[in-house]
Amino acid sequence: MDLGPHASFIWSAYAAVTVVIGAIIAWLVVDGRQLERRLADLAARGVKRRSA
Amino acid sequence: MQTLTQRLANPTRFMELSARILPWIAAAAAVVIAYGLYLGFTAPPDSLQGETARIMYIHVPSAWLSMSVYALVAVSSFGLLVFRHPLADVSAKAAVPLGAAFTFLALVTGSLWGRPTWGTYWVWDARLTSVLILFFLYLGLMALRSSIEDESLAAKLTAILALVGIVMLPIIKFSVEFGNTLHQPASVIRAGGPTIDNALLVPLLVMAIGFTLMFVAMHLKAMRNEILRRRVKSLQLAEVARAQSTQLAAAE
Repeated sequence: MDLGPHASFIWSAYAAVTVVIGAIIAWLVVDGRQLERRLADLAARGVKRRSA
Repeated sequence: MQTLTQRLANPTRFMELSARILPWIAAAAAVVIAYGLYLGFTAPPDSLQGETARIMYIHVPSAWLSMSVYALVAVSSFGLLVFRHPLADVSAKAAVPLGAAFTFLALVTGSLWGRPTWGTYWVWDARLTSVLILFFLYLGLMALRSSIEDESLAAKLTAILALVGIVMLPIIKFSVEFGNTLHQPASVIRAGGPTIDNALLVPLLVMAIGFTLMFVAMHLKAMRNEILRRRVKSLQLAEVARAQSTQLAAAE
């Protein structure tokens, strides 16, 4: 696809969005998995909330 | 009879509901963005800016979200301070880094659009400077929250700063009317209707809907993570308390 003399600016903008959005999605997924693992570990050790 | 907000105020119920709808919203976002990209790259070039105007399809949705997400942070902050809604602080805390990311993207894509169009990456005019201040405001909200140990105090102080910062939204919106600026005036949401041709407007609106769906999915996931983080923290505190009481019992 020929985007003319300013193609590098167009592709750089789309690359920046892809990298930032991709990084956020990766962080959200990894963070969620780590938290679920820590919750499972605590539950396995028999830890309950004080209100429980 | 409970209202919808009262029913959603329960974090456990929110976790159940969000787990069900999150995959569907994420899938819808992916499909709409893919369709928007197809429309954007097959649309005709702009009559004045040529191919460079294709940056618009990611710059404008990012800019819209930078402001909309801040409005959501402000509404959530209001919900925390006035109604003490249990999920209001979770919503605000989860939205701030996402808003900062979209504001950053609006600045970066705007600079990359500005260089071939205006001949410069940056100019200190009202629109660009006010969006940069919004980005710093997001960073300030994150810094303030992480600098205070007490979770409840951090939430309240951050909410107050977020409500003070809402003054930035009308400043950004009307900054292009203030005087000389390289940034074009409003061309989509304006009195008298959009000034963009439908061939370019349709891909732009599709991308805006796709980005909005993507933000909703990200926000739900970030809120779920924050609820899990708070549960982990409360369980860790319970574990420490149990260990201390066991030690005390053994010492007696």
